[in-house]
Amino acid sequence: MFWQRQELVCQQVVELITDYLEGALSRSQRQRLEAHLSDCEHCTEYLEQMRLTIRLTGHLKPEDLTPAMRAEFTALYRRWRSQED
Amino acid sequence: MGLHAYLHLLGGLPGLWLNILAVISAIPWPRRRTSAADEDTELLARLRAGDEEAFLALVARHNAMLLRLAYSLVSSQAVAEEVVQDTWLGALRGIDRFAGRSSLKTWLLRILVNRARSTGVAEHRSVAVGDAGPVVDRSRFDASGQWMSPPQHWIEDSDDRLLAESLSDHIHAALDELPSRQRDVVMLRDVDGLSSAEVCEALNISEGNQRVLLHRGRSRLRQALESEMGGC
Repeated sequence: MFWQRQELVCQQVVELITDYLEGALSRSQRQRLEAHLSDCEHCTEYLEQMRLTIRLTGHLKPEDLTPAMRAEFTALYRRWRSQED
Repeated sequence: MGLHAYLHLLGGLPGLWLNILAVISAIPWPRRRTSAADEDTELLARLRAGDEEAFLALVARHNAMLLRLAYSLVSSQAVAEEVVQDTWLGALRGIDRFAGRSSLKTWLLRILVNRARSTGVAEHRSVAVGDAGPVVDRSRFDASGQWMSPPQHWIEDSDDRLLAESLSDHIHAALDELPSRQRDVVMLRDVDGLSSAEVCEALNISEGNQRVLLHRGRSRLRQALESEMGGC
């Protein structure tokens, strides 16, 4: 069949993964990628690992202010307040 | 409706409905989980009321993101830190004008980008991607491009948050090892939660560029986590 000549292989899929997640693939590329995923447990696993990586990164908590930074920003705030009043 | 009329109405309700009302009002409904935006809104309100701690809390929440971006926009660490201080000062001065149409993060970013550009010490970085080559080593595929050493499943269903906590040092280390442009994009997108358009605007790069950097950065992180999890 015509489309089989354009089938994606795993090595290509891993390079297209971000475009896929970003919704940046053309419709036909997306369809080819999804067709590959439905047949390939390894690439499906790879996609899940990318998704998990993104989620885990998203859980990084902002660092607490160091005492020095607290002091610095407290001073900044109070300078501003005194200028406002 | 006057109280008298209201009580009259209540008195007319069938006993069953009154019982149902009583039960419903006694149930402790779960509090809606506050989102990051909600927390910012609350802190802003407290800040406007003159609460110094609220300001420090906002700084704790957003300063790392601002510093990160400042470092990538200007050429020196000292200038970057000044730009960030100026940004916070600008935010305090403009706090009454902030209407909340955009998120606080976006608003802070715009102030920062303006401040950074006005310092005139913008670094003209070519948007070098940092590395070329495939994101997964060629040796893991056979000659026809199919997996030969496929990715091994990491964990069964588990709480992302707990897993993230146990891996956070490794994620931080992996992020630190990324080429700086890749790190900027990955952190602004995936840690700070900015949209693709916001990141492109802040870093002054194209969508395509941004995607390539994001792709390479994220792929490296996955690889680092895979190594940690005992994979290849």
